[in-house]
Amino acid sequence: MKSFAYARAADLETAVQLLSKTPNAKLLGGGTNLVDLMRENIEQPDALVDVTGLPLDRIQERPDGGLVIGATVRNTAVAVHPVVRDRYPLLAQAIVFGASGQIRNMATVAGNLMQRTRCLYFYDHAARCNKRAPGAGCDAIGGFNRMHAILGASDSCIATHPSDMCVALAALNAKVKVVGPNGERTIAFEDFHRLPEDTPHIETDLQPGELITGIEIPPLGFARRSLYRKIRDRASYAFALVSVAAALEVDNGKVRNIRLALGGVAHKPWRATEAERVLAGANAGPESFRQAAEAELAPARGLAHNDFKIELAKRTIVGVLGELAGG
Amino acid sequence: MPSPNQTPKAVPIPPAGSALILLKINGVDRSLSIDPRTSLLDVLREHLSLTGPKKGCNQGACGACTVLMDGQRVLSCLSLAVQLEGREITTIEGIANGELHPLQAAFIEHDGFQCGYCTPGQICSAIGMFQEFQNGLPSAVTGDMAAATIEFSDTEIKERMSGNLCRCGAYVGICEAIHSAFDREVAK
Ligand SMILES: Cc1cc2nc3c(=O)[nH]c(=O)nc-3n(C[C@H](O)[C@H](O)[C@H](O)COP(=O)(O)OP(=O)(O)OC[C@H]3O[C@@H](n4cnc5c(N)ncnc54)[C@H](O)[C@@H]3O)c2cc1C
Ligand code: SF4
Ligand code: FES
Ligand code: FES
Repeated sequence: MKSFAYARAADLETAVQLLSKTPNAKLLGGGTNLVDLMRENIEQPDALVDVTGLPLDRIQERPDGGLVIGATVRNTAVAVHPVVRDRYPLLAQAIVFGASGQIRNMATVAGNLMQRTRCLYFYDHAARCNKRAPGAGCDAIGGFNRMHAILGASDSCIATHPSDMCVALAALNAKVKVVGPNGERTIAFEDFHRLPEDTPHIETDLQPGELITGIEIPPLGFARRSLYRKIRDRASYAFALVSVAAALEVDNGKVRNIRLALGGVAHKPWRATEAERVLAGANAGPESFRQAAEAELAPARGLAHNDFKIELAKRTIVGVLGELAGG
Repeated sequence: MPSPNQTPKAVPIPPAGSALILLKINGVDRSLSIDPRTSLLDVLREHLSLTGPKKGCNQGACGACTVLMDGQRVLSCLSLAVQLEGREITTIEGIANGELHPLQAAFIEHDGFQCGYCTPGQICSAIGMFQEFQNGLPSAVTGDMAAATIEFSDTEIKERMSGNLCRCGAYVGICEAIHSAFDREVAK
């Protein structure tokens, strides 16, 4: 690991100043992703600004029934929160389906959003990787790509975003609150993470000098009936091959409200807007669920080892919606 | 609101090199001068000779380095010690209180280990796990996230302990030991 300077920021203003005025500085949350990447010399910051002492460690209820979750709240604290478990069960569920108990106790909400891909070539200095070294090429495309993207990939990068929590946040239309040298702004969740295009090293809309202060979750009554399902190579403690987060409201046999997002399939948490469109007002039954899944996965492209994910994603969508519809 | 034109007013980042930290480890205050790169695991093992926590993978995958931080289970290999100023750390060496912790006794009783390499991590993890369970934290096998009570079943224990690998495959004994140490508490 390269040597670095360390500072703990006590207030936001100091954190923003340290981050924007210290060359090659990075923020440090729980460290569960960054420390690992620094040890592998993939991340090489000259300075770390520790955000875990900032007053961003609270979950607040909004008068409208929504929530604001501070950036440094640990993942476990989100999953155990009574309001999250009651009003947004898919969020609690997505969190406990990720990593391990120990890691969830350390990981912060902002760190979870900013975690980097688990593409093995990204971790391997002997491999070519456009994300690690822009312009170098991508060894995953012709290599072993079982864990890689089927939607929204590019000729530059086929990596996936590994987060479970973010899939639920995408379905919930969350917003990311950030602050930087030019003040505060709020980013819609779907605009926060980017598709790879020809700049896979730029992963989010976060600008240099900006830091995440929290996540806003709008009220969503029907999310009380919601589900997160994760398909993986072993029963626990593995990244998703495919995952589905969904909330469904059925009225008189018809879909009244639907939210659907997929994980493990793209460079970003994938909000399934096409499937949602097909399902609006449709019969809440297996035929329309299958139609919606077909529509969402129509642009999917499989590679040598991940082709199976296309059908897997469709079936997981149908299964989850079927369970939510009570069938 | 941060104003961009001011120079940083506080905590100028010290040059890379050494940092002074204060930690409470197994009830004893320790003041340490360390390189900021040092993980909590290396502080425990190399600086304080607390070799209970093990370095299995050093990348978050095995759980052998699990310790309790302010009562919560964490991975010491992914924690930078410099970040933990003022925290209270408990390792396996600090679990017994005059006599063995009930879970330590149960591990012996139920053959919760073979080589013992993963055991310090398993025991610290299970203690933290049980506290999470008592706090009402659901798991991936709980089903109803809003459930008021969760059964302390084999399935729950296995899922909640999945961050601790055992190369000897002592899982059956580990699960029995956890039941025998904690089932009584659940009933309370
Ligand atoms: C073995 C293992 C298995 C895992 N399995 C899963 C899994 O199945 N599912 C899953 O979802 N995750 C999994 N994870 C990943 C885990 O969820 C992430 O490592 C964790 O969420 C990162 O949070 P952190 O606070 O530790 O981030 P850090 O490691 O501290 O930081 C990560 C990134 O976030 C940036 N950052 C931190 N705070 C801020 C802020 N306030 N504003 C802007 N940027 C910030 C940092 O600069 C860094 O780039 C796994 C991790 C490990 C080690
Ligand atoms: S898929 Fe992306 S992260 Fe993986 S090797 Fe290719 S460019 Fe790198
Ligand atoms: S040594 Fe820390 S998890 Fe393996
Ligand atoms: S007892 Fe040998 S690794 Fe678990």
